[in-house]
Amino acid sequence: MKKLTYPFTHEQVRDLKVGDMVLITGKLFTGRDAVHKRLHDGVKPPVDLTNQIIYHCGPVVLKDKKTGIHQVMAAGPTTSIREEPYQADVMKEFGIVGVIGKGGMGPKTLAGCKEYGCVYFHAIGGAAQVLAEKIDSVDAVYWEDLGSPEAIWELSVTEFPVVVTMDAHGNSLHSKIEASSAEELKKALKE
Amino acid sequence: MAKKKVAKKVAKKPTKKVAAKKPALKAKTSKKTTKKVVKAKKVENTYKSLEASLVELIKNTSSVLPDDVQKVILEALHREEKNTTAEYAMNIIKANIELAKKKSQPLCQDTGTVLFFVSHPIGFDQHKFTKEIQKAVVKATELGYLRQNSVDSLTGENSGMNIGAGHPSIHYHQHNKKTVEVKLMLKGGGCENVGAQYSLPYTPLEAGRDIDGVRKVILDAVHKAQGKGCGPGVLGVCIGGDRGAGYVESKEQLLRRIDDINDVASLAELEKEIVNTSNKLGIGPMGFGGKTTLLGCKISALNRLPASFFVSISYMCWAFRRQGIELGDKNQIKKWLY
Repeated sequence: MKKLTYPFTHEQVRDLKVGDMVLITGKLFTGRDAVHKRLHDGVKPPVDLTNQIIYHCGPVVLKDKKTGIHQVMAAGPTTSIREEPYQADVMKEFGIVGVIGKGGMGPKTLAGCKEYGCVYFHAIGGAAQVLAEKIDSVDAVYWEDLGSPEAIWELSVTEFPVVVTMDAHGNSLHSKIEASSAEELKKALKE
Repeated sequence: MAKKKVAKKVAKKPTKKVAAKKPALKAKTSKKTTKKVVKAKKVENTYKSLEASLVELIKNTSSVLPDDVQKVILEALHREEKNTTAEYAMNIIKANIELAKKKSQPLCQDTGTVLFFVSHPIGFDQHKFTKEIQKAVVKATELGYLRQNSVDSLTGENSGMNIGAGHPSIHYHQHNKKTVEVKLMLKGGGCENVGAQYSLPYTPLEAGRDIDGVRKVILDAVHKAQGKGCGPGVLGVCIGGDRGAGYVESKEQLLRRIDDINDVASLAELEKEIVNTSNKLGIGPMGFGGKTTLLGCKISALNRLPASFFVSISYMCWAFRRQGIELGDKNQIKKWLY
């Protein structure tokens, strides 16, 4: 088990390899479909994303009416492949060091990871309660006009569990498993 | 928060009653009480407690996995090699199941398509029942058991209450029993997106119009899904039917218990074969690689036209949320079905 602790650097993530189980402690910024599209359309991010990690997640957040404090009730990853057209450009433009999501991403993102020193972390899909428990606080919210699930939530997390499935050296667990399972499928279909 | 607690208490009431009554109930008495259901329809507050029963059903479905699903998940965990990412994923899944149950919170933030399957006796008022289901869905959304998950396909607007054209999805069946049974499935978007429908013959796989052709396309769908449907998953499959009926039937197959055995011997064999072969593909939990790719497979067949041969496949994620209730004479929860 490896640990990745805030503040993150490109050097730190370049040390990570496909298959590493990592516990992340520090800051995460949620961003999914609408955020990526808006950034890609040229709108400046409301917060400096240099050396930060973006989490593909549309959390369920409740706001305490008295105190105004936000609490994340459920926060599992959403399918990442929808951000494939934008992700590499977001890496390039804003200098992020990592992306967390589920299901993996394609060749454009993998090339971006290598070029800009970034990794793709796979969180466990469906594990909304375990992952919400790792969130200590909601520190800020930006672009709330996109709606709660689509807004950028700045979160502090402790030992948030992920697996590196695409590293900064051009390796992707997803393409590897897809190829090896295709071989097995071929055999099975001949039986 | 205080409001939430009160509502929870109200919703729990019917179950408590059931628990108290349960030991005394025999087959004979249950028949008697269900006769009353039909007669009791005119009683004013009947449907008030029906709403509470339905909210309780939604809460339990969203936060607690049925026993048959939990059992195969634990088996899958033990099968994986120690200190692998596959075992790591299964351990987090196990912890998530326990935590969601303890907190009565949604297992997954995507509470999915809300699919009701209602079996009822003759003379049952579907319109009235639909209204009660809608009320219960609104309540469950307010209480956070369901996410705001219903979007107008033309305007992109979220109704905020999970009510709209086709939402929730309700399927009614008349049966020969005197009782009303309500089954509920919450099916998330990730797994729904990897479902597939093949038309045989399917040339790329040389899949013909026979059971071997069916086998080929099902395995192809498992491969194409990789880990994207939040595997290890369960397949519901329908051979035949038209395109619409095929997909509906494939979902209804997911209402079967994972440990049941198909009445049709050839399908029972195919179900087993699909699970065994899929688990040799090495896709594993979350697509990380590993021993368990599928937890189960349920297949049925509908008649088809001479010109058509569809195979419709619904993929259900590991967070297989399904539950059901039998309603009692006061529309209280008389029995949990899974």
